[in-house]
Amino acid sequence: MAYIELPDGLPGIRALLAYRPDTARPLNDLVDVLLRGPHTLTPAERELIAASVSARNDCTYCQSIHGAIAARQLGDADDLVAQITSDPERAPISPKLKALLHIAGKTAESGRCVTAEDVARAREHGATDLEIHDTVLIAAFFCLCNRYVDGLATWTPSDPDFYRQRAKTIVDNGYTLTAIPAR
Amino acid sequence: MPHIGLPPGLPGIVSGFAFRPETAKPMRELAEILLRGPNTLTSAEREMIAAFVSSRNDCHFCQASHSAAAAHHQQGDYSIVNAVKQHYESAPVSHKLKALLTIAARVQESGRCVSSDDIQKARDEGATDREIHDTVLIAAAFSMFNRYVDGLATFTPTDDAAYDAMGQRMAREGYVDRSS
Repeated sequence: MAYIELPDGLPGIRALLAYRPDTARPLNDLVDVLLRGPHTLTPAERELIAASVSARNDCTYCQSIHGAIAARQLGDADDLVAQITSDPERAPISPKLKALLHIAGKTAESGRCVTAEDVARAREHGATDLEIHDTVLIAAFFCLCNRYVDGLATWTPSDPDFYRQRAKTIVDNGYTLTAIPAR
Repeated sequence: MPHIGLPPGLPGIVSGFAFRPETAKPMRELAEILLRGPNTLTSAEREMIAAFVSSRNDCHFCQASHSAAAAHHQQGDYSIVNAVKQHYESAPVSHKLKALLTIAARVQESGRCVSSDDIQKARDEGATDREIHDTVLIAAAFSMFNRYVDGLATFTPTDDAAYDAMGQRMAREGYVDRSS
């Protein structure tokens, strides 16, 4: 049961975006630029950063939906995504992505935990300034989303198919503002 | 020394905004709505929540600039925001704001730390759904801003006068870049 009265039938952050559309707009704009805008990091790589930070923050809703989106973008690769979020250093991903996931994890702990060595490792594997900037900002943004979603105890569906269905819609159509459903 | 090639001579989050205008725009808009939009919580109260969370996250740039903004919403008086950062339970602010600051402190740690007791205490002191929502979102947003500023190791001025000037501008003109 959510801590405040939210629109019926909407899960996680979607209930909150419907509750306060004026703050929803910049949040949606930011997630669109960060996760779906033109980029040298693929959308799947960026969704993996989001899912990985959300797992670290123990936010089931955000981890589930962003993990499902990454899985869909990688060709229904649920197991691969699970491996990447639980043990990125041993997962079959590029050394650059491992280094960026490491920076994201440090950012999630505290911005002050990111060291020059962490950044140097990412650069050695070809990460650009923009990729490092966006990794830090995606991690920081998901620290916002995870706290927002869990801080108000929003509804977290437990059925993995729920997230798979929603992931399909997002991959096809993007992160659209949800209208308040008719009662 | 910043971790990436940020434009030189710009402090804190401003350097990040100059580096990446496409992400700056929504971040500025979010701050403007949250801290200065019409609200039953005053801008002073909302800036104090921001400064409090930033202080707990040990982000000097954000806590100093938002403390200054809070002060400049209160005739330049720093004593209230300083008391809130030091020991909010005994600060000269309303019981309602103290209950909301407890919620903000929980959110700063983790969304999962907020309990229904914390929410009930805020309601007992007169907090509305909207005020509770906004407190959680401000605390969550500053958990983002603090990590962005420090995660890139942006330049952090050490001079109080610089923050005082920033705070005056933030209180008077807000966060949206009106020049573009």
